[in-house]
Amino acid sequence: MASPLRREDVAKVAKLARLTLSEDELDLFTEQLGQVLEHAKDIAALNLEGVVATAHPFGLINVVRDDVRRPSISRDAILAMAPDAEDGRFAVPRIIGEAP
Amino acid sequence: MRPARQIAHDVQSGVTTAESEMATSLAAIRAKNEEFNVFLYVDEAGALDAARRVDQRVANGEPAGALAGVPLALKDNLCQVGIPTTAGSRILKGWLAPYNATVVDRVIAAGAVVMGKTNMDEFAMGSSTETSAYGPTRNPLDPSRVPGGSSGGSAAAVAAEMTPLALGSDTGGSIRQPAALCGLVGLKPTYGLVSRYGLIAFSSSLDQIGPLATNVADAALLLEVIAGHDPLDSTSLPEPSPSLVAHLDDGVAGKRVGLVRELFEGAEGEVVAAVHRAAEALRDAGATIVELSVPEFRLGLSAYYLIAPAEASSNLARYDGVRYGLRVDADDVAAMNEATRTVGFGAEVKRRIMLGTYALSAGYYDAYYGQALKVRTQMIDAFKRAYQQVDLLLGATTPSVAFKFGAKTSNPMAMYLSDVFTIPTNLAGDAAISVPFGTGEADLPIGVQLLGPGRSEAQLLAAARVLELADGRP
Repeated sequence: MASPLRREDVAKVAKLARLTLSEDELDLFTEQLGQVLEHAKDIAALNLEGVVATAHPFGLINVVRDDVRRPSISRDAILAMAPDAEDGRFAVPRIIGEAP
Repeated sequence: MRPARQIAHDVQSGVTTAESEMATSLAAIRAKNEEFNVFLYVDEAGALDAARRVDQRVANGEPAGALAGVPLALKDNLCQVGIPTTAGSRILKGWLAPYNATVVDRVIAAGAVVMGKTNMDEFAMGSSTETSAYGPTRNPLDPSRVPGGSSGGSAAAVAAEMTPLALGSDTGGSIRQPAALCGLVGLKPTYGLVSRYGLIAFSSSLDQIGPLATNVADAALLLEVIAGHDPLDSTSLPEPSPSLVAHLDDGVAGKRVGLVRELFEGAEGEVVAAVHRAAEALRDAGATIVELSVPEFRLGLSAYYLIAPAEASSNLARYDGVRYGLRVDADDVAAMNEATRTVGFGAEVKRRIMLGTYALSAGYYDAYYGQALKVRTQMIDAFKRAYQQVDLLLGATTPSVAFKFGAKTSNPMAMYLSDVFTIPTNLAGDAAISVPFGTGEADLPIGVQLLGPGRSEAQLLAAARVLELADGRP
């Protein structure tokens, strides 16, 4: 049986999901997400030992095609929609910190 | 507004032109869009070009398609090349889709004239359009009430007679619920019947694109156009589009229909009464009504609100400010990702991402997501057992008629309960249709729901047609 949702759980989950929450949002989301998980107790409490999990209605089958070249969307068309691009690539702020 | 089928017939036979039908639609959009906030983008130039191409085909004596000259609205999570596509989110503001969804290619090939993109709950997460970053859509039947959601803009476009047809998407009821609240026919197809290529993903094992229309025949016509195998969607069923229009008048004689207690219990009295009247109408048309109880359906809501957020938390990880959409600058890339997502996503999307992240996280996976997947198995088995006894199931689409703005926004659980009768079908990957049947409070429409096994669309449409006739619509 899962424990009820705590404020620090929400803070941790927000960090994992790359979201910044204000103090007020932390309070609100802890309450609201707690209500959803409270409702989910009906299934968390079931004894479903031996029941097979279904992740997809018909089961996923790997679909392959012949390895033949075909037209695709141009690089320029994709980069034109990017927030920043440089030399035919997506451009982002620095990833690795400066040396101390 | 004339039915789509009639418009296509008149355009093909030269009684009217696609350009004139397009102008009628555009005039209605211009007159009403400010009040109802239905379209996020209207493609006037593209629609005019498309209409003129259809008229040229007719002038050349060529077949112009099953939807020749029919104005159509697209939910804003469907990609159309060069057209702004936001999924109702600030994070995609200004993004122009670089390719067409398969359904867009298919409706255009069939002669439809795409008028523009309709408002929706952000990333299809909601039941009222109130989570859209671009303001809510108003219900054309009563502007103080929601049109339902998440395909509320598409439903309102048809209900306000801006276009006779619209496409929506249904992950937990997002076509059927707004159809019910706006007095329309809405169908959620069997998983895999319609290609999801070019549909902005919310919950990939549940999402399906489907039609919204004023009448059953038009819904059948549009579904025939968009259904059928697509090599660009690996979950697409292998067979061609089924024959639906030809079976519209098959009726229900000799069919067994299960009246399922769990699909109307807890609904408003007027909704329950409509479901019982629908059962009587089907019996009068020769069906046998069997009262059933499927207790597993009660577990659908909890399973859905773990599975769909879990998949969404993964699908929405791509909105990180790198390749498309909004970027909020920051010193390093991780801070930029977080600032972008914090500014770009609304509260409901954040709730679902966090819920999904939590349900999938170490220590909680087995208790929540793992249990939900097992409940999904039980749900599928319960449907199979029911379909050994009966051909179709009958219930309500929604617990009430259209509700007022703000009635459920402060309590997410109350909003989620709007989908309690529609969710089981998505979990099973089956098909279901909502059809208007009578009215309730404030003379607002009530929708009843028919559910069937996978690939039962022809039977569902024929049964819905029986109810449409019994409800006094020709």
